[in-house]
Amino acid sequence: MIQILFFFFAALAAGAAINVLVQKHVLYSALSLILMLTATSVLFILLGADFLAVIQIIVYAGAIMVLFVFVIMLLNLPVDEDGADRLRWLKFIGIPLGLFFLFLVTATLWNVQAGTGTQSRFVGSPQAIGQSLFTDYLLPFEVTSLLILIALVGAVVFAKKDL
Amino acid sequence: MVTTFHYLLLGAALFTIGVIGVLTRRNIMIILMSIELMMNAVNINLIAFSNRLQQVTGQVFAIFVITVAAAEAAVGLGIVIAMFKNKETMNINEIDLMKW
Repeated sequence: MIQILFFFFAALAAGAAINVLVQKHVLYSALSLILMLTATSVLFILLGADFLAVIQIIVYAGAIMVLFVFVIMLLNLPVDEDGADRLRWLKFIGIPLGLFFLFLVTATLWNVQAGTGTQSRFVGSPQAIGQSLFTDYLLPFEVTSLLILIALVGAVVFAKKDL
Repeated sequence: MVTTFHYLLLGAALFTIGVIGVLTRRNIMIILMSIELMMNAVNINLIAFSNRLQQVTGQVFAIFVITVAAAEAAVGLGIVIAMFKNKETMNINEIDLMKW
């Protein structure tokens, strides 16, 4: 059962991720990315990270991707911006380089793999995560608030009229 | 039997797809989405190891990664809107003001 779910949703995530790149219209790419994020959240549940799965859907698919879709619709983009044919060679270099990178990572993982399976009973409860977040990782947490403040100020500055 | 190796392989595949997207597409929205894809691949790795080691630390780091992704999306989309208002294009090859 776990295997079926894993392979189905892993294939769905990979297929949706590829679809993000091959779509001509940006909006279809964004919707495909939402599908990929949702499939990934199912994988998180399989790994026992229920809280992260919910966060993934609420924050990623619900907030970040809605922001993307909102901007796409706000700007009312033309369909194909990649039209410049002088850059076709990018595909012939980029894809082999990417596949070579994948080959290197896979070979490395293959060499170090150990055969133990994942356990679905491990549950990262909100309580455990909160305890870790507010004791061991309190300083990173506070620094993150600073990061968000900076991002907020940056977004406001970019939104000014006379930039 | 689904092992950690499978999850790491999936994470590597998704990361590679993101890298290929950044390398081949010239639309800045697609490039931003590819970066989100790569961060998501990192999250899969973190949570797979969190499960493997039976520790919650990986999930805490995944939360940090999601936070950084949200900040990056806000600033990145602000840049996209400012860019589109000035140049009327999404193609990053036409944004070459600082190119020597």
